[in-house]
Amino acid sequence: MSDLHDITLVLNGERHAVRVEARRTLADVIREDCGLTGTHLGCEHGVCGACTVLMDGQPVRACLVFGVQARGRAIRTVEGLAEGGRLSPLQQAFIDEHALQCGYCTPGFLMLCTAILEADPEIGDQALVDALSSNICRCTGYANIVKAVRAAAAAMRAGTAAAEMA
Amino acid sequence: MDLDAREFQDGRPGPMKPAPFHYHSPGTEGEALALLAKFAPEEGRILAGGQSLIPAMALRVARPAHLVDIGGIAGFDRLTVEDGWLRIRPCVRHAALGTEAVPGPLGALLETLRGQIAHLPIRTRGTFCGSLANADPASEWCLLAATLGSSMLLRSLRGGREIAGEDFFQGFMTTALDPDEMLVEVRLPLLADTVRTGFFEFSRRAGDYAQAAALAVLELRDGAIVAPRLGLGAVEDRPRRLAVAEAVLEGRVPSSALFREAAAAARAALVPMDEDPYRLDLAQTVIHRALAAATGVAE
Repeated sequence: MSDLHDITLVLNGERHAVRVEARRTLADVIREDCGLTGTHLGCEHGVCGACTVLMDGQPVRACLVFGVQARGRAIRTVEGLAEGGRLSPLQQAFIDEHALQCGYCTPGFLMLCTAILEADPEIGDQALVDALSSNICRCTGYANIVKAVRAAAAAMRAGTAAAEMA
Repeated sequence: MDLDAREFQDGRPGPMKPAPFHYHSPGTEGEALALLAKFAPEEGRILAGGQSLIPAMALRVARPAHLVDIGGIAGFDRLTVEDGWLRIRPCVRHAALGTEAVPGPLGALLETLRGQIAHLPIRTRGTFCGSLANADPASEWCLLAATLGSSMLLRSLRGGREIAGEDFFQGFMTTALDPDEMLVEVRLPLLADTVRTGFFEFSRRAGDYAQAAALAVLELRDGAIVAPRLGLGAVEDRPRRLAVAEAVLEGRVPSSALFREAAAAARAALVPMDEDPYRLDLAQTVIHRALAAATGVAE
């Protein structure tokens, strides 16, 4: 049997009309049906956070949402972070602070950290560590990810100040 | 109709993806109840936040043939404070329950418990009522509902009924819900400003399931404990109040010695899921620490 559904997603501002099986997770819809392979799959049962994307601005595990549940929703993935070929402050900070090694978990961390900074750019140390515990990274030991989030917040503040002065 | 078409030929589960199912997305509560009545006998289940159900499906521990997605029903995400009660509809997310929405000690308590539930991206999707219907013995919300004088509204095409939180949990991941019934609202009593709460949970990793968790809700009058409620989760097959320990505490002046006495009384009355003495030691410890947190008395 197959239980097929026609759905439309808005992925990084672009509409995608796809026909998917009900059991297809949002992560698989994004990767297999929409062709955006930046979202990675690790554990596929909600533990590792590699597949984190933003749905209507909120971080979610894309392996724990069925594609049919995301009908009409606005989804942001790692492909949507850079603007006009310019990396987001967070992406740049991940490079500058060596917040990745193998890079497999990085798209998930970038989306998680984007949500954290959008909710509270001044987030406290304990709250930041607690929020970062959502995702697993086996390379960095997390310290450089914390540094990158702080560096990105500083860069965003500087950017805002510069824009206000201009 | 072959629901298992995606299995390997030798019968082993196929790739680690959920088994096929039929998806239904009702627009009203009436439609949802009709679908549930029709499909409950055929392994039909409600899909709310899905943060417990979908992992179980990915591991093929759960293989519902039909899912009734209640995420699109208007009003189901409503959270209201009314006549001394917090009313929580079926699709209120964990993330919505905190001081920003709920006044007084109950709001602060919800925020504390919320912080112990899995991780941020789970809390944006998982629902309060879904946690209760799932009835994991380690669930923080289940412990809260069993400890406070909560009230559950259950509804099916056959009608509605109201059940006290204490009677809702009936065993390991088992509730009073009949297969065709939906938990349509949970009511938690708002707590007066004089009410003190203390919560302590032990888990092995941040965001992991509790190994043991205790919740104390009480008042202090003239230095003595009044109307204590003491709940324990993750040790027995369901969360519940510990009446023997509450009797020890009632009317007494809080002290470390009193907490030890209450925790020992509780331990003697426990029927743990495993016979590991460690679990019972842990139960005593979390009870002691929850009481210390509620009263402000040093451990």
